[in-house]
Amino acid sequence: MSVTFHVPQDAAALAVGADAVAEAIRIEAGKRGIAARIIRNGSRGMLWLEPLVEVATPEGRMAFGPVEAEDVPALFDAGMAEGRGGLGPTEEIPFLKAQTRFTFARCGVIAPLSLSDYAAMDGWKGLARAITLPPAEIVDEVTRSGLRGRGGAGFPTGIKWKTVLEAKADRKYIVANADEGDSGTFADRMLMEGDPFHLIEGMAIAGMAVGATHGYLYTRSEYPHAIAVMEAAIGLARDAGFLGPSVMGSGRAFDMEIRTGAGAYVCGEETALLESIEGKRGQVRAKPPLPAHEGLFGRPTVINNILSLTAVPFILDKGAAAYAEVGFGRSRGTMPIQLAGNLRHGGLFEVGFGITLGELVNEIGGGTMTGRPVKAVQVGGPLGAYFPPALFDTPFDYEAFTKAGGLIGHGGVVVFDDTVDMVQQARFAMDFCAVESCGKCTPCRIGSTRGVETIDKIAAGRDVAANLQLVEDLCETMKFGSLCALGGFTPYPVLSALHHFPDDFVARQTAQAAE
Amino acid sequence: MTARDSIDLERLGAIIAAHGHMPGPTLPTLHAIQEAFGFIPEAAIQMIADAENRSRAEIHGVVTFYHDFRQAPAGRHVVKVCRAEACQAMGGEAVAKRISSRLGLDFGETAADGGVTLENVYCLGLCATAPSAMVDERLCGRLTPDKAERIVAETLS
Ligand SMILES: Cc1cc2nc3c(=O)[nH]c(=O)nc-3n(C[C@H](O)[C@H](O)[C@H](O)COP(=O)(O)O)c2cc1C
Ligand code: SF4
Ligand code: FES
Ligand code: FES
Repeated sequence: MSVTFHVPQDAAALAVGADAVAEAIRIEAGKRGIAARIIRNGSRGMLWLEPLVEVATPEGRMAFGPVEAEDVPALFDAGMAEGRGGLGPTEEIPFLKAQTRFTFARCGVIAPLSLSDYAAMDGWKGLARAITLPPAEIVDEVTRSGLRGRGGAGFPTGIKWKTVLEAKADRKYIVANADEGDSGTFADRMLMEGDPFHLIEGMAIAGMAVGATHGYLYTRSEYPHAIAVMEAAIGLARDAGFLGPSVMGSGRAFDMEIRTGAGAYVCGEETALLESIEGKRGQVRAKPPLPAHEGLFGRPTVINNILSLTAVPFILDKGAAAYAEVGFGRSRGTMPIQLAGNLRHGGLFEVGFGITLGELVNEIGGGTMTGRPVKAVQVGGPLGAYFPPALFDTPFDYEAFTKAGGLIGHGGVVVFDDTVDMVQQARFAMDFCAVESCGKCTPCRIGSTRGVETIDKIAAGRDVAANLQLVEDLCETMKFGSLCALGGFTPYPVLSALHHFPDDFVARQTAQAAE
Repeated sequence: MTARDSIDLERLGAIIAAHGHMPGPTLPTLHAIQEAFGFIPEAAIQMIADAENRSRAEIHGVVTFYHDFRQAPAGRHVVKVCRAEACQAMGGEAVAKRISSRLGLDFGETAADGGVTLENVYCLGLCATAPSAMVDERLCGRLTPDKAERIVAETLS
């Protein structure tokens, strides 16, 4: 008997023992005379179930998880090799079934480095269409899809591309931003590890659209597994003619390489990132000029988050209307939302915009892992606001989050239970800004350090009212006097903690008065 | 003999030369040097400056800007503990404390015998299987203080 097992090689699966599980399956199958074929796929994104083993059966793939290596013999006894005794069909698991997977359709399904798997699930179709179109029509398709940047700012991707297309230059660049430094986010990482050709296809389409022949993928040194998969994929794609002097035989050239950051959060900011590729300190550039006019090495440059770039193959293949049909208000298409922190069901949930924060946390995420009440949810990474349950009716939408005093950023949702101390969270936000500041503007560099000191005084119960006012004033100065969103948005987590959870701060005053 | 005296300048020069053809060679060069030597030797700064026709101060500025680049060798083992929000939400600070007390080191310190370095990291992208750490090349998720202590002990033994 021959059986195909899927055991993810995604970094999160590895962190909870996937390699040992794969080895245990190999050994157990051997003992039982079963010819096991073990495919190391990416993750399906149901991270609370990792390591999630799937067994191929005539009825489809059956899921088992979370599997520990020592469980494997018992699982075989219970019929695992025939697909019995687990969670049933993977695709029927409610967390997966409730999603609209445009970008993550293949992630976790295919063997990441299999060109034939990729092609069998719509791979290269977007690029195949793009090479038949004049550049302006590719750009137009992206514009009509309503796609907005998934890296944080939500700027319309089509408009950015149009600017670069119209710029005159001897050379143009595509830069894929996979610096993913926000806590609570891992979509870029999952995609690179689980579906690497997809990013290559997205970048190649961008190249065709604006007339750029070279691309850089900038990612973090904290992601060694993603880097290894992408390196391998680029080589395979080049050998197969999807990259190189004549992309898919089009006569149009596009090639790409990887650049690795060196542990600086601010290098996710687009101009700091360009400085970093150029070999400089990762300091933010003043705009103008926009990167679209004068970007990498002074040339017109498209810089996009990789979730923006990987939305594009679908748009080219299925059409702008198919993408724009899903969504909410001016937020069109899907967002790969990342549910993290203290949740029962943490993972990647791709869905059309408009789902509420409360649905995400309580229904999809299943509430807290600890079983305690939710107190605060930070959305959008370290520069995002903390939301109280009172704001759980906020729909996931760029405008609605701005209106509620927050941002969706790169789609990270981090849940805290009622043991969290919001004074410490506000302090952390200021401290993170102080540590990661590129040093170019005073409000960010000095203001954040003063912020940490002032919050420490509040935590110690010293002059609480006056120091709270001082924090408010510092935040105002940072908001309006900072060149980029590191200094400019750090006030979001700080002020939201202050305004939505005043009891935590006032408690310090009471404690002091009681002394 | 200190690590500084034993730097193989020829090897250093070869690494720098190997990256000379790239546009923006500085970060790839520094990564390759750190990979080979475990840190960025003082001598490398002038050599890179010469190769790239930039000032020594400029290259020094680059090396010190990025948290990854070390100016002194790390311990034989490196333990990086995630201190960012998703890990905090799952008890990451208790894990961090336990590792720190077990090693007798503060974050950012290297043991006197050069056995181990303890560092912070701000997100490993393992935020749904938090709290997380990276012990040498090994990724660790769903840590508890006890589990973390066990992994650290295994690594150091
Ligand atoms: C401090 C800071 C960090 C950022 N980090 C990232 C990041 O890791 N990934 C990303 O795509 N965008 C990041 N951005 C946003 C980028 O500056 C830029 O808006 C984005 O790459 C544009 O691509 P998009 O239009 O596809 O979103 C960051 C911005 C700031 C201010
Ligand atoms: S706000 Fe901070 S990180 Fe941004 S440019 Fe100014 S100093 Fe640099
Ligand atoms: S360095 Fe520009 S404000 Fe001081
Ligand atoms: S916050 Fe710790 S791994 Fe992301």
